[in-house]
Amino acid sequence: MSAAPQRAKAGAEKIEVIVSAVLPLNDLVTRFEFKRKDGNRFPTFSAGAHTVVHMRDGDRQRLNPYSLMSDPADTETYAISVRRDDEGRGGSLFMHNNVKVGDAMEITYPVNLFSLDLRAKKHVFLAGGIGITPFMAMIAQLERSSDSWELHYSVRTEALGTYVDQLVSKYPNKVRIYYDDQSQSINLENLLDGQPLGTNVYVCGPKGMIDWVHKTAAAAGWPDANVHSEEFTAPQPGKEFQVRLCRSEKTITVGENESLLEAMEREGVDAPFLCRGGACGQCETNVVSSDGEFIHRDHWLEPDEHGNKIMPCVSRFIGKSLEIDR
Amino acid sequence: MTIQFNKETFRDDYSFKNSDWAIQRFPFPFHEDSYMYSVNMEQHRGGPAGSVYEKRFDVDEHYISEMEDRAMVLADDPLRCQSLPHMTLAGWDLLELIMVSKSEDYPDLFELHREGDIWRWINKPMGIDDTFTFLDETTLPYGPMEYITRQTQGDFCVLDQRDDNLWMDAGMVTTQADWSLDFDIGMNFFEWHAPVPLAHEKGIFKRALKFLLNIQQGAPARRLNWTMTVNPLLDTSPENYHKWGIQKTTLTPENIGAKQHLRVELQSFFRLPRSNALVFPIRCYLIAFQDIVKSPKWGRRLHRVIRDLPEELATYKGFIDNRPMMLDFLSKYDDGLPTSPGVFPDNETEPALQK
Ligand code: HEM
Ligand code: FES
Repeated sequence: MSAAPQRAKAGAEKIEVIVSAVLPLNDLVTRFEFKRKDGNRFPTFSAGAHTVVHMRDGDRQRLNPYSLMSDPADTETYAISVRRDDEGRGGSLFMHNNVKVGDAMEITYPVNLFSLDLRAKKHVFLAGGIGITPFMAMIAQLERSSDSWELHYSVRTEALGTYVDQLVSKYPNKVRIYYDDQSQSINLENLLDGQPLGTNVYVCGPKGMIDWVHKTAAAAGWPDANVHSEEFTAPQPGKEFQVRLCRSEKTITVGENESLLEAMEREGVDAPFLCRGGACGQCETNVVSSDGEFIHRDHWLEPDEHGNKIMPCVSRFIGKSLEIDR
Repeated sequence: MTIQFNKETFRDDYSFKNSDWAIQRFPFPFHEDSYMYSVNMEQHRGGPAGSVYEKRFDVDEHYISEMEDRAMVLADDPLRCQSLPHMTLAGWDLLELIMVSKSEDYPDLFELHREGDIWRWINKPMGIDDTFTFLDETTLPYGPMEYITRQTQGDFCVLDQRDDNLWMDAGMVTTQADWSLDFDIGMNFFEWHAPVPLAHEKGIFKRALKFLLNIQQGAPARRLNWTMTVNPLLDTSPENYHKWGIQKTTLTPENIGAKQHLRVELQSFFRLPRSNALVFPIRCYLIAFQDIVKSPKWGRRLHRVIRDLPEELATYKGFIDNRPMMLDFLSKYDDGLPTSPGVFPDNETEPALQK
């Protein structure tokens, strides 16, 4: 325990927003803009950051991360661009089919897992399809600080080239577009070869493209630290599960979008905590019995403890039954 | 509440003192009767009204005098404030974080007016009213980090985050407990923590770093650290050890209650938006032994903690030689009664000293 632990929600704080614009850009991609419901400014974000959009789809809550693609200097409006994914889990379909101007939604504070290395002498961006979004913000940020950058952007067809016109007309000398249907492709070996010392490369696109960039750069002798890719960690929540609290003599259900710790608190069980982030060890709880699989997300337990302990602030369980000593 | 700012010094005649209000809200760091290093981190999202945990950047009666002391330290030694070239944007982030937080949390003391990039900052206690262009360094008298930390209590380390580590690439450090920014600049989390005993073996730094790398905007965290200082000195730097180290030998059974201070750091961690850097404010609070023991619970507990503290920690914290004298003093305030859990003094409910 430390000083005055606060029972605040884990992870990023939420912001209530109103949808201020819905702009279809082409057959697949639509841009959504948000204003704050309370009329205040948004927190500033750094280029590369994403926000997690909370969607209320009937009695389900969907949480999808999207890169913030507006100018980081603009704290009046946040913008995201959403590609309709007809096969995905449904978040993007919900955005396309259900979200209208004036709707109230919740988004999280920005989180950046794809930040610019500000020591770089030059930034080279490699985008594939909807992977263009974080670069829109990065370009705005670097233009402001007059830093050096170039963009190589690969799209399927002219009709599906999201933001192509805008980019090409504003930065004709820094942007190059490659059309799949015209058999154009980025010549990565050449491109990497000509770069000045201290250049950093950033890739955002399909997984195959990301792997290809890492492999090609490594083969060309680039240090790993100079090659960045966007990796969305899966949103923290997971599947609903049940747990028996043997000391409190209660069986509770942990919902999709809450932690085991939060579920215990909701049920009035006094469970210890401090960091709510898997690091401090305070919430460590003994497992009495289990039939299933743990999803350990903490930084605390040693691997040999994974069968008989759980950190309820971040970790979860999938399976038949779980009983813990709380 | 309006704050009465003290006129006081942290050097020469040491006129620093805490009012009853400051004593009552002192961040006593021990929640139980013993102490060991741990990953003692919690969210920094408010706390009990009036406590030092309530606001993002606590302002108290020592504000003006602490800022005067900082200006004197900087005049003697400009290297206490350093920022590597790639950290300027983080400096602007920090300036924004502090100006926005203070103007929201203390509207009677600080005002921020923003028209696009033209910002007007009013700091009433310090008599400052400046208009400048955000992100344009030429419009401020100092770099952005130096400008705002000359107006904010506590030291500041600004850490660049890259390669899954944190790097001490900028800072304003004038009130430190015997470490040096000039020595640590450019080091990473494990390098600057190298001198700390026992904590590496316990896996504390490994876990703490993972937590810090994950700290997100809008979700700051905090922890407490503590040490001991003879005389209410803010600047206990290695650079000036020749001046303050010797003062540790001036302690006597007669003056220890007034001279010996518990030094507590309220450390917090904020993600910065544009730069994605992490800022680590280290706010130092000092309290004389004679003021701590005014709370029976704190007197009892401090005696037990200091008595049982592992030798490695007492040595690292620099009071191993004075520990026997401290214990002579503190034992007078320990009657062996149990203490209530938690850090707060609980003066209404804890029994008075029984001896
Ligand atoms: C990124 C933010 C941090 C910075 C910049 C920082 C910096 C420092 C420095 C400069 C020292 C003095 C080392 C010396 O003797 O030269 C120190 C000591 C220490 N740090 Fe940190 N630290 C940070 C975060 C943490 C965290 C998160 C923890 C633990 C949870 C921690 C635990 C400690 C401990 C236990 C000591 C020894 C203090 C004592 O006994 O007085 N630090 N830190
Ligand atoms: S509350 Fe810190 S590890 Fe769970």
